[in-house]
Amino acid sequence: MTKKKLVVIGAGMASGRMLEHLLEGGGPESKNWDVTLFNGEPRGNYNRLMLSPVLSGEKTYEQIVTHDDDWYEAQGIACRFGEQITQIDRERQVVVSKGGETPYDALVIATGSAPFIIPVQGKDLPGVCTYRDLEDTNAMIAASRPGAKAVVIGGGLLGLEAAAGMAARGAEVTVIHLMGHLMERQLDPSAGYLLQKDLERRGIRVHCKGATKAILGKDRVEAVLLDDGTVYDADLVCMAVGIRPEVRLANDAHLEVGRGIVVNDQMQTSDLAIYALGECVEHEKQLFGLVAPLYDQAKILAETLNGNTAAFQPVQTATKLKVTGVDLFSAGDFAEGPGREDIVFRDPGRGVYKRLILEGDRLLGAVMYGDTADGSWFFDLIKQGKDVSDIRDTLIFGPAFAAGGAAANPLAAVAALPPEAEICGCNGVCKGKIIQAVEGGATTLDAVRATTKASSSCGTCTGLVEKVMALTLGDSFTANANPPMCKCTDHTHEDVRRMIKAQGLKSIPAVMQELGWKTVGGCASCRPALNYYLLADWPLEYRDDRQSRFVNERNHANIQKDGTYSVVPRMWGGVTTPAELRAIADAADKYNVPMVKVTGGQRIDLLGVKKEDLPAIWSDFNEAGMVSGHAYAKGLRTVKTCVGEQFCRFGTQDSTGLGIKLEKLLWGSWTPAKVKLGVSGCPRNCAEATCKDVGVVCVDSGYQISVAGAAGMDVKETELLCTVPTEEEALEVIAAFAQLYRENARYLHRIYKWVAKVGLDWCKDQIADRATRKALYDRFMISQSVYQTDPWAELAERPADWAPIKTLTLEAAE
Amino acid sequence: MNAMTGTWTLVGPLADIPRQGARVVKTRNGCIAVFRTAEDEVFALNDSCPHKGGPLSEGIVHGTSVTCPLHAWVFDLNSGTAQGADVGQVPTWPARVEGGQVYLDIGQLG
Ligand code: SRM
Ligand SMILES: Cc1cc2nc3c(=O)[nH]c(=O)nc-3n(C[C@H](O)[C@H](O)[C@H](O)COP(=O)(O)OP(=O)(O)OC[C@H]3O[C@@H](n4cnc5c(N)ncnc54)[C@H](O)[C@@H]3O)c2cc1C
Ligand code: SF4
Ligand code: FES
Repeated sequence: MTKKKLVVIGAGMASGRMLEHLLEGGGPESKNWDVTLFNGEPRGNYNRLMLSPVLSGEKTYEQIVTHDDDWYEAQGIACRFGEQITQIDRERQVVVSKGGETPYDALVIATGSAPFIIPVQGKDLPGVCTYRDLEDTNAMIAASRPGAKAVVIGGGLLGLEAAAGMAARGAEVTVIHLMGHLMERQLDPSAGYLLQKDLERRGIRVHCKGATKAILGKDRVEAVLLDDGTVYDADLVCMAVGIRPEVRLANDAHLEVGRGIVVNDQMQTSDLAIYALGECVEHEKQLFGLVAPLYDQAKILAETLNGNTAAFQPVQTATKLKVTGVDLFSAGDFAEGPGREDIVFRDPGRGVYKRLILEGDRLLGAVMYGDTADGSWFFDLIKQGKDVSDIRDTLIFGPAFAAGGAAANPLAAVAALPPEAEICGCNGVCKGKIIQAVEGGATTLDAVRATTKASSSCGTCTGLVEKVMALTLGDSFTANANPPMCKCTDHTHEDVRRMIKAQGLKSIPAVMQELGWKTVGGCASCRPALNYYLLADWPLEYRDDRQSRFVNERNHANIQKDGTYSVVPRMWGGVTTPAELRAIADAADKYNVPMVKVTGGQRIDLLGVKKEDLPAIWSDFNEAGMVSGHAYAKGLRTVKTCVGEQFCRFGTQDSTGLGIKLEKLLWGSWTPAKVKLGVSGCPRNCAEATCKDVGVVCVDSGYQISVAGAAGMDVKETELLCTVPTEEEALEVIAAFAQLYRENARYLHRIYKWVAKVGLDWCKDQIADRATRKALYDRFMISQSVYQTDPWAELAERPADWAPIKTLTLEAAE
Repeated sequence: MNAMTGTWTLVGPLADIPRQGARVVKTRNGCIAVFRTAEDEVFALNDSCPHKGGPLSEGIVHGTSVTCPLHAWVFDLNSGTAQGADVGQVPTWPARVEGGQVYLDIGQLG
């Protein structure tokens, strides 16, 4: 019998497995084929997945070869390695390569994928590689001398394995990732945060939200430039931003191609003699990027070629990252969606995060970090679509509990701890010591903190300490009188602020993980607060999260009851000029402003502006030299002034001038709640300084600075903070006081509420101490170096963001 | 139903809607708010709060809920129902993402 000619293009993971099934079966069919195997790479099949251990030095290339010369010989395969197929001639059933034409009866396309190259300047410089084959791996190994600098573009699976591998060889590695967190397709922000922390601990620098603008260098790569202006030096750049099915041959041959080569359940293309499998195919609109489904395809194709009927059905895949010591797992669908619920478990101490996604009684997805021992059990439940309603309460604790362990009662777990069990890690306080303190009369958390030091440092153990207290005190225990921030956490605002600083937490996901948030992504109450705390504590490192801000601060304008906005440009110290007034009048005309009103804060309000018009009106004001008045902000609002010595017969100092200087010093700063100032030129107090957050009353000998006034829902006179002789000192004291407030108050507390809690005397002490005052002032100025910018300078450039994404009324009218 | 046929209307790229934010689509019968969650799910609801007409598209998006910017009622994006003690319902519209593009099924409005 004459054998049929089978030509295979590509010796990759998929075709290798397919040939095993086809030829090793031993049955009579396996002798039907005369196989020719072409491969673009100058070698046969090897385990591509294992390139990462080769890169990191944990394995050698020889150890990852899957099929050697002996095997090909035993199977009678004609090997044509290093020989690219350049054309398929379907009419004559031949493939073309540099060695000439090769005829086929059946053809298998298994060309895999090609790495995606972002089209930036410098992409073709020597020293830029991708991560796909042994050549790439060897290039990275060669470049990873200790101290060499490598930049990896792309923080997905491949990019991170490349980064970890090069770092393991001693290179200084930076990962640039476009999205907000690493591996966003497999991980949610919490798990992404833990992963980033683990990588940073290995010395890998991670830059999220980074868009590559250009790769710099003359004869070879020297650095990478990002959109935000950051430059990272680089001896090597690895682009790992994604892959594209390698479909060129199929396209040229006019096979049906979508994103991949279209195949049916039998792995057959639109040409009956041509089959395809692996990453180059598209099956029911789906592409494949992991080997598990490719192995199934290999089995199906072998059956098809042997004349049997079998149908390919894609299975769910689970992801693991092959970086030694990093433990993550993700499977199924973890997007939030209609009718879906989350179960979240966080153990900040161990760096563990687990999240299960349920729909009805079924488990849909799982994301885990730090402890993935139960991953395969969950994966099984997902694949089988099992009803989990019976074990739902303890599901997150894994199979051990599901098998009928004790109910997960957290109080019982604490009760079971022996007296010598450590509760507070920072201060080494054990359970027995806390019980002793409570029995000795320390019945409040503060008292326990004072007597034992437990929970007084990083604070993460507060919940545990309270549980020990509850066990000891029984019903007479009332938890922390100060209520928690919101339903997402048990911690108070004060505790959260303290822990953000003590633990160096610098992102919202970091806070939520380390402080054990009970929800996945917070709520409308805690997100704005956390955003403020983080930007106040880490001005240089944290980036403002616009989506965690209330509408007015997000849109830099005050929303009105009808959905329009009001626009208030700054009028420094209440002083204006004819030119500014003209600009305001012009804007009012141009944008049909329904009302122009003088505010109670000595400036002009344009009310009723349409959202779409905000960028344009502000760009007009910017052009006229005017900036946002932040009339909407938890930040500096106005500095009211009176005319002062310049004109007034009683004026003792230049109150107008000081007011302007103060507004120019403080504007743009974000604060826990709004801040309003007044500067009066004498004790007659025409600027109402004594009912402001901070008021200055000028007197002959200098400046009386008083604080904590109110004239809104509460009315309260200010109290004297200090008196200073010079304007210069007045400015320093007030900026330092503002910083004290910024660093210590809870979100939404005006100054008078905060001072009532911490005591005016404490504030006085801080300000009176020269060194402390200076340090506060310096920290304020650092923050201003970032935040004292007119928001509209940047926002007005993006008018499209403020318009509807689509207007259907026009089309409908046609 | 396939996005290319039937009543699905192309709205624009998913990337143009901020994560945990929204954009509006103007129709003859008022605006529809198209929300994108942290996890790239999209939802479409009328952009008008049943309380006093607040623009829900300007609310803070958390999980699959939005908090109205005017008086902080909270709505479930799936069903449009008010959460907690408040009572109210916002009409919702089927929304889907295909090939990075957002489509709405808003019937005759499109
Ligand atoms: C425009 C203005 C009224 C006016 O036409 O004069 C005004 C308008 C609003 N005030 Fe005011 N306040 C205005 C001066 C005041 C003053 C007087 C002052 O600043 O000298 C006070 C009392 C002083 C004080 O703040 O202690 C004042 C005490 C309040 C309060 C109560 C604050 C409190 O802590 O008790 C609120 C409510 C709040 O902030 O939660 C408020 C809130 C508001 C809001 C923002 C309500 C809102 O959230 O939508 C109003 C916005 C209207 C808009 O769209 O523009 N407004 N508001 C004034 C703007 C001043 C400016 O140029 O920025
Ligand atoms: C570093 C790395 C780590 C990975 N880790 C994992 C992992 O942990 N888990 C997982 O599931 N997946 C992983 N993958 C993905 C996995 O390797 C791929 O899904 C799999 O290799 C795809 O198999 P394939 O046969 O379709 O293509 P490939 O294995 O890429 O084989 C295609 C072959 O075709 C050749 N070829 C292309 N065009 C032609 C032509 N015109 N003529 C001749 N030959 C041609 C190519 O040279 C190549 O050798 C990883 C990938 C890489 C690069
Ligand atoms: S007092 Fe202030 S908040 Fe009240 S209606 Fe007037 S402007 Fe609005
Ligand atoms: S208008 Fe939405 S809560 Fe009032």
